[in-house]
Amino acid sequence: MRSVTINRKVARPTPPGGQAPVVQKVRLRYAKRGPVRFTSHRDFARALERALRRANIPVAFSQGFTPHPKISYASAAPTGVASEAEYVELGLQAPMDPAELATALDAALSPGLDVVEAVTVTTTDSLAERLVASRWRIELPGVEPAELARAVAAFEAAEEVAVARLTKQGRRQVDVRGAVVAITTGSASVPSGVDDVPCAIIECVVRQVTPSVRPDDILSGLQAVAGLTPPVPARATRLAQGPLTAQGEIADPLAADRRGMTAERVG
Amino acid sequence: MSESVESVWPRLEPLLPRVSKPIQYVGGELGAQVKGWDTAAVRWALMYPDAYEVGLPNQGIQILYEVLNEQPDVLAERTYAVWPDLEALMREHGVPQFTVDAHRPVGAFDLLGVSFATELGYTNLLTALDLAGIPLTATDRDERHPVVIAGGHAAFNPEPVAEFLDAVVLGDGEEAVLEITAIVRQWKAEGRPGGREELLSRLARTEAVYVPRFYDVDYLPDGRIQRVVPNRPDVPFRVHKRTTMDLDQWPYPKKPLVPLAETVHERYAVEIFRGCTRGCRFCQAGMITRPVRERSITTIGQMVADGLANSGFSEVGLLSLSSADHSEIGDICSGLADRYQGTNISLSLPSTRVDAFNVELAKELSRNGRRTGLTFAPEGGSERIRRVINKMVTEEDLIRTVVTAYTNGWRHVKLYFMCGLPTETDEDVLQIARLAHEVIRAGREATGSKDIRCTVSIGGFVPKPHTPFQWVGQTPPEVIDRRLQLLKQAINSDRSLGRAIGFRYHDGEPSLIEGLLSRGDRRVAAVIRKVWEEGGRVDGWSEHFSFQRWVDAAAAVLPAYGVDLDWYTTRERDEHEVLPWDHLDSGLDKDWLWQDWQDALAEVEQDDCRWTPCFDCGVCPSMGTEIQIGPSGRKLLPVTPV
Repeated sequence: MRSVTINRKVARPTPPGGQAPVVQKVRLRYAKRGPVRFTSHRDFARALERALRRANIPVAFSQGFTPHPKISYASAAPTGVASEAEYVELGLQAPMDPAELATALDAALSPGLDVVEAVTVTTTDSLAERLVASRWRIELPGVEPAELARAVAAFEAAEEVAVARLTKQGRRQVDVRGAVVAITTGSASVPSGVDDVPCAIIECVVRQVTPSVRPDDILSGLQAVAGLTPPVPARATRLAQGPLTAQGEIADPLAADRRGMTAERVG
Repeated sequence: MSESVESVWPRLEPLLPRVSKPIQYVGGELGAQVKGWDTAAVRWALMYPDAYEVGLPNQGIQILYEVLNEQPDVLAERTYAVWPDLEALMREHGVPQFTVDAHRPVGAFDLLGVSFATELGYTNLLTALDLAGIPLTATDRDERHPVVIAGGHAAFNPEPVAEFLDAVVLGDGEEAVLEITAIVRQWKAEGRPGGREELLSRLARTEAVYVPRFYDVDYLPDGRIQRVVPNRPDVPFRVHKRTTMDLDQWPYPKKPLVPLAETVHERYAVEIFRGCTRGCRFCQAGMITRPVRERSITTIGQMVADGLANSGFSEVGLLSLSSADHSEIGDICSGLADRYQGTNISLSLPSTRVDAFNVELAKELSRNGRRTGLTFAPEGGSERIRRVINKMVTEEDLIRTVVTAYTNGWRHVKLYFMCGLPTETDEDVLQIARLAHEVIRAGREATGSKDIRCTVSIGGFVPKPHTPFQWVGQTPPEVIDRRLQLLKQAINSDRSLGRAIGFRYHDGEPSLIEGLLSRGDRRVAAVIRKVWEEGGRVDGWSEHFSFQRWVDAAAAVLPAYGVDLDWYTTRERDEHEVLPWDHLDSGLDKDWLWQDWQDALAEVEQDDCRWTPCFDCGVCPSMGTEIQIGPSGRKLLPVTPV
């Protein structure tokens, strides 16, 4: 009887195989500038996939019923924060010159989502492992530079600055101070929008930790230690992202791959 | 009047970090166009009165946006409903309703075109007008304000919002917007003679634009309408709908808008035909969009190729009211499946006709692996009620179709029904449970597997204008809710079968309000205004919709007119009652509609005029249109990817 059942059983369709394998990996640095800084990470991912199709870039796909393009994202800047240094890795099913890829993809992406550089991956460690820390610039229109300097001094003097963060696991306390490697203040070369209103600026190097410490958290920390309350929303930009040097500087995360490309050409 | 306007962006931008999903207000979509303000002779703001995520994919707006912007001296920009969080900040900081293209204030445009797909967008219109600084009452506006003009299916009875509208267009918009543009262009070039009144009268004299203020409504002592008559000699007694013939001449959207924000439909949609003559008696869309006009297989093929290349979308939707009915649908599906085999492009046919042929088409479209869900819509649970609604599907058809889907590898199908249909009894609804049980039983037997499921999804029936059911009394929410409870129990009465059946429904209350707005008259405007004043916002969203607010508003304002909420909804109308939309001509002969209603009561079915003789619904002769269908005999040629 059992065999009868099996005979009547309809074979489920198997996923079509035949997705071409990855022959080359490319790492991209891109910027998120101006109004498009309001894109969320998911918005960017959709825009990137569509731009890759419009630019006819030979991205490889995963196997299965719903093949996905081979794209790896790493520590994206929060929604509303601009960035000069976002990174993504693509798997290609046909080889392509990274410079050509960068030009074609940049032309297909919306203005403001700008491809800055592309390199072929010649190393084995992951992109995420290299993105150890970020340098952020936070503009605070309407805040007196002296007031900010006092707040930052109090922040630096603190052993620990706990702020509440909403994470996937619910509300939790995060130590913001521990993640901050360096923090300096300056004042406005940027227009604050209103005449005679100062614009204080923070530049800081922050280690990539879990949960991540973002510009908003730094501001929450400054409020916690010194009651700093900006009158209008701050404007933050990620300036750089990469390995942290012994001097507390951010190094170029694509340097190792670039050296490998040169070595291959020379070899 | 200033001919240059400033962007509100510098004032809007600081507010965006404080609102949810700010990207929806940024614009910059692929395919969007920004033209110089001073280069345009006529400027349109086009609004879809719901949130951006729903409004952006709207085909009607995208088509008109492109058609208008192709005119060298015309500028069209888009605006959508803002969420209450941004609305509050805009009020606090004095930022007006803006377009997403160039962030120009809506109040500065010549025309504000609003497309109403559903009645629940009415309060969103009021929010947008108010934020734009445009007086809510149309007759309070002057030359500084845009002409507010509505279209879309809900505009076939615009009376509940007539007070807020300057003008209304019935039917297809492609040609209508160009004709309206020409009239506005001419009037402006002449130095705006006669002001707003003269412009509106020029529009009304075309007989294709309804200007509510030029018509008076008289009421009988019992609250019914006595008559609707023009109050000036130069406007027609009835205003006629527009019909765009030869869709191959209008292959829009050519450059679909591709947003950065996530929206409800992420695909390139091509309308493969317009209109439907299946004759489902509950279906307003099928009644008001006649006759059927097919787009040819070759135009469809070209639109899909160009649309994908221009957008980068990975999904194509072949849209219409009943897509499997295209005369060359088999060749369209196999041709597209051939062309996109191995490309990771997915194709979908959102047809819900209960027919094994549909499964074959879906199978063809999913050849390269991407499977979309299958939904069938028997609409009524019993054969009797299906004869009433003219949905000609036998139980045998349904079971065979669903079993075909299961044996072809679909593990899950959705079945769509309505509750609250005219003449419906508890027994008609309980038949849905029996059908679902049968489907699972037959599916298990045919596949030998217990791993099959179906979801029964139920919508509340709302009687709509210009349909044979326009006279019926709507079923009260408590009756619908009780029947759905009985149905739920009946589905779960067999535990083994019940476990394989999902059950989704909405409670009956929102449908009653939709009923009020669908068949209401001008007096209902007071209810809408009251709801809006009491805080009613984005009513299409269940988390924002408040039934009580609508009930309270109706109770506050309607008694003054001697009517109430039930009078508009659950009351059955008689043959000779003047209906609020009788002066708006959808082409359907009222006598034919009444006869079709009588046929429904007698459970007599009506066949489709595409393959049986004309049954005299009245549309083609009165509108000067004809059925445009194939087959053309042409084939879809593969396009080599660039």
